[in-house]
Amino acid sequence: MKKASNTRRRELTDLTMRIVSGTASLIGIFFLVWILWTVGNNGIAAFNYDFFTALPTPPGIEGGGLANAIAGTLLITVLAAFIGVPLGLFTGVYLAEFGRNTRFGGMVRFTINITMGIPSIIVGLFVYTLLVLPFKHFSAYAGAAALAIIMLPVIARTTEDMLNLVPNSLRESALAIGMPRWRAIVSILFRSARSGLLTGILLAVARVSGETAPLLFTAMNSPYWMKGLAEPTANLTVTIFNYAMSPFDDWKTLAWGASLLIMATVLGVNLLARTLLREKTR
Amino acid sequence: MSRFGDYLSEHFETIFRWFTILCAATVLIIMAAMFVNLAWNARLAIGEFGIGFLWSDVWDPALNRYGAFSSIYGTLVSTAIAMVIAVPMSVVIALFLVELAHPTVSKVVGGAIELLAAIPSIIYGMWGLFVFAPFMAETVQPFLQETLGLEKAPLIGKLFSGAPMGIGMLTAGIILALMVLPFITAVMRDVFAMVPPVVKESAYGMGSTTWEVTHKVTLRYGIQGVIGACFLGLGRALGETMAVTFVIGNAHRISASLFDAGNSIASTLANEFAEASEPIYLHSLIYLGLVLLVMTFLIQFAAQWWVRRLKKSMGTGL
Repeated sequence: MKKASNTRRRELTDLTMRIVSGTASLIGIFFLVWILWTVGNNGIAAFNYDFFTALPTPPGIEGGGLANAIAGTLLITVLAAFIGVPLGLFTGVYLAEFGRNTRFGGMVRFTINITMGIPSIIVGLFVYTLLVLPFKHFSAYAGAAALAIIMLPVIARTTEDMLNLVPNSLRESALAIGMPRWRAIVSILFRSARSGLLTGILLAVARVSGETAPLLFTAMNSPYWMKGLAEPTANLTVTIFNYAMSPFDDWKTLAWGASLLIMATVLGVNLLARTLLREKTR
Repeated sequence: MSRFGDYLSEHFETIFRWFTILCAATVLIIMAAMFVNLAWNARLAIGEFGIGFLWSDVWDPALNRYGAFSSIYGTLVSTAIAMVIAVPMSVVIALFLVELAHPTVSKVVGGAIELLAAIPSIIYGMWGLFVFAPFMAETVQPFLQETLGLEKAPLIGKLFSGAPMGIGMLTAGIILALMVLPFITAVMRDVFAMVPPVVKESAYGMGSTTWEVTHKVTLRYGIQGVIGACFLGLGRALGETMAVTFVIGNAHRISASLFDAGNSIASTLANEFAEASEPIYLHSLIYLGLVLLVMTFLIQFAAQWWVRRLKKSMGTGL
């Protein structure tokens, strides 16, 4: 009799935990849907022709858009990719091909993992002291440098992982037919790890294109079209921050529109990268 | 051309190799330069306030007196709330994904949880400020205070006192929990999946229930990995900026109530940087940044060290 009630209690605990774990998963999904729905709903209302083509207007004046911020975000992200992708890629090449078991390689690997966890606002602060303070003006290139520093460790890590997946026999056969190592890396290893590398780059670009904190102190913001790389540059994320905190309703609407644009882009690239990876593993 | 061209093609192998070493070295240089640059640009504040900056709770731009305590306090409290919510939730979600759900369901749910990590921080901020904070003010906080009667509860009553504004520590902590949840869950899932089936099956064979296998076998077996996951989540929560800035209320105040507005290091930086006209103000903010850098560096260092030790002892990749 006692034994039976004990079993019952254990089964009851088990059932409870099953329900709890299912519920927790549902709560996670519920929040995801809640956020997506909120941003989608409020953002769609802001989309019109002006949103994509016009400059921002002072509060209360009809017809403002965020064309300059859209262009600015694109420019800063592309610029960041130009710096961050090669740096990260070749760091990954070093780690996987030349420095696999060296002390220096181990140090770099360790530092990369730590750098990935450094808050993005600190990276922004660092670039501020490096590229903004000495030149006394905010600039698009400072913003791009901050984003590149955030990209670097992500790309280096995935590059290393992907190159490590390439079987050694491929390296050996390339070297056996007399290829120099650089040639083997560029035309054999890169090619066979192509989709993995592309995934890493896409994920890194997606991540930085939604970053706000590193741009606050570097690219800052501007209500105008940019005239060059060496001046404050409008971008979507800092615009969202400024407009959301403002008391004006039409600015808040624009902030929702910008949020939807950023979110759709980031999630879109993310899903694209994941499908790429899935095809590769299949 | 020819001589240089010859030299280049002859030595390209070495040049290429050194180029990759140079790229790898930039990582080390950046890391070192971060500390040097921040310390140098905080020198006025370091000289003026010294190490006492850490426990001084004065923040008065008018008098140019600055102390980090309220920001550090807010950072720690909001992070603690986040971890208290996110860690147990991650454990049960990972349990659901690995042990309970049908593989297809697990894939879909797992993908959705991962998607939470892809949403940019500023989007959490927008949603938090305009949707979640009002919801907290109108529904959750009155529920906690009145329906559950926590306001008058002994000992913890202070935590739930004050006007339900929606904005404040608790809201910031909950949103942070949501943001670190996918990271912790992902690592836990890997840890759970790594436990050898033989170990689990022998427990099942003795008549254990799924929950008993999970908390007595799987969790014990993977405890080190679970701790590593918590470290990673902790590091992320400490430095999270935009989402917290939107909802924490940005007041330099230390209050026992979780409903009150506060601030964190990152939110102070994001909010006040544009106002810092005096050199000492700017240097104090950078000093604050340096404190956050040291905090996250130490936690990441510990986490990496831990994970490395773990890899050695288990012989597999995590």
